[in-house]
Amino acid sequence: MSLLSVKNLRIELKTRAGVAPVIDDLSFDLDAGESISFVGESGCGKSMTALGLMGLLPQGIGRVAGGSISFDGEDLTTASEARMRAIRGNDISMIFQEPMTSLNPVYTVGEQIAEVLREHQKLGRRAAWSMAAELLDAVRIPNAARRVSDYPFQMSGGQRQRVMIAMALACKPKILIADEPTTALDVTVQAQIFDLLRDLRRDIGTSIILITHDMGAVAEMADRVIVMYAGRKAEIGPVDTIIRHPRHPYTKGLISCVPHIQTPLTDARPDLTEVPGIVPSLQEFGADACLFASRCTLRTEQCTSARPVSKAFEQHHEAECWHAEDL
Amino acid sequence: MSDLSQQVKARSPFAEAWDMFRRNHAAMVALAVLGLISIGAVVGPYLYPTDPFDMVWAPFSPPGEQGFLLGTDYLGRDLLAMIINGARVSLLIGLAAALVSIFIGVTVGALAGFYRGWVEEVLMRITEFFQVLPTLLFSMVLVALFGASLPMITFAIGIVSWTAVARITRAEFLRIRELEFVTASRAAGAGAGKLMFGVILPNAMPPIIVQSALMVGSAILFEAGLSFLGLTDPNVVSWGQIIGSNRQYILDASYTVTIPGLAIFVTVLCISLVGDGLNDALNPKLRQR
Repeated sequence: MSLLSVKNLRIELKTRAGVAPVIDDLSFDLDAGESISFVGESGCGKSMTALGLMGLLPQGIGRVAGGSISFDGEDLTTASEARMRAIRGNDISMIFQEPMTSLNPVYTVGEQIAEVLREHQKLGRRAAWSMAAELLDAVRIPNAARRVSDYPFQMSGGQRQRVMIAMALACKPKILIADEPTTALDVTVQAQIFDLLRDLRRDIGTSIILITHDMGAVAEMADRVIVMYAGRKAEIGPVDTIIRHPRHPYTKGLISCVPHIQTPLTDARPDLTEVPGIVPSLQEFGADACLFASRCTLRTEQCTSARPVSKAFEQHHEAECWHAEDL
Repeated sequence: MSDLSQQVKARSPFAEAWDMFRRNHAAMVALAVLGLISIGAVVGPYLYPTDPFDMVWAPFSPPGEQGFLLGTDYLGRDLLAMIINGARVSLLIGLAAALVSIFIGVTVGALAGFYRGWVEEVLMRITEFFQVLPTLLFSMVLVALFGASLPMITFAIGIVSWTAVARITRAEFLRIRELEFVTASRAAGAGAGKLMFGVILPNAMPPIIVQSALMVGSAILFEAGLSFLGLTDPNVVSWGQIIGSNRQYILDASYTVTIPGLAIFVTVLCISLVGDGLNDALNPKLRQR
């Protein structure tokens, strides 16, 4: 049995214009120790998936409208708030996009890491503190024993993200959700953070759910990838397979958007490519049609009149596109 | 990198604020004066053990004569002893009433700002109700109904002055609850109580601290007002009470009124200056690196 099994998940968001399904019929499995990645543009429901898994949807605005999230055999959609609190930070933890603002400015980083340990592992004050110093060392912050009593403002963005990772991994969670962990960091730091995450994943055996819009990051970090578009799963499969042979025009577009410095621009590839158009507005979510149709060069009658069904290919590769076979 | 971190000395936000505060000379002087007044209030009665209720001499002996530094009042009581003992009551009521209103105000504001929705609606309507009450009248009614004991006076002052704290706290909570570190704490498993008082409140403290400091001053004034009107515990001396009991003789022996008045004025002024200094020290917009 897989560690996390999401079945037909539907998350609705209340907007001024009505209720929109920001996650529409999403199913996937995550095995222990596996790394899966969600890719897509802004507004495709990646972060909502993460918040939904954590039970942290904005109160009164977002709710799980259907489906199940089964973690270790327990359905999280029906779990009590107290039970969710015990899971958060302990079994499933999360790191965020903005390391500059994700740490509480009035506490030292050591206090913040120790707090998680005291809450979940019931460690004493002193034990938690020395554990915090060890964790800082584990995320490769130099001079950890002293920096543990630094305040967040004394650290750089990359260091703060390391602190966040230390906090998230303090209780050796089964799943780590990383919501665009490197978007706010510069490229060299980004590579270091990915190295760190990979090593920690190997050491602790944590499964990682990486949320990103960067196909390059996916190729580097993940075993499998889920391409999200407008709240729907466009394509799912092993990273290698999908990068080699995408079966959805959106995936194809995302891959071609990654600049290759070494390959010179040719006639066939005259410029940096982009996917034309933008993600449809929330009102159009949930329509019985392919939501990518307006931006797709392969559009036919069928695309605008019916929602594509999932088509399976070899190696557990699935795509929701009427033209998947032709690609 | 380790060289750099050695140069940047680790300083807590508290140390940083104290550094800023120290540069404000008026606030530092005011703090020193307040310190003297507080010390006087605590140890004064032992150093100058004259009973403030004792009629030690003829009435209206002017200051400096007959060995009475501040003279005697209309009953021939030693004014210096009354001022010293009155400082205790005035400061105590000021602090205690401020604490009461901070406690009510922070609780109401925190709940309203954190939970939003109907909780916020109900709590803020209650706050508005207390805001439009005529404060002096309401506390007079409370004291008149339930008796003029020190705890009752403290409570009566606290209950009419918490609204500003509630509104400030709520505003700060509304701002801070949307910040990412609050979501991060939630994702780390923090519950509602922890989020409110362990995560958000410490970040909301600066304006609350400033408001609290100013409130001590206004509570002292409020107490003076109540005791001037005679709504005071007759078994203790307070500065307002000295003014109140001597008010008929203001034209004949003005010092009996001006001396306690001056004590109130200096104390409240110093508290305001300290509050101002705190505002400058804690306001991130005014703080330079």
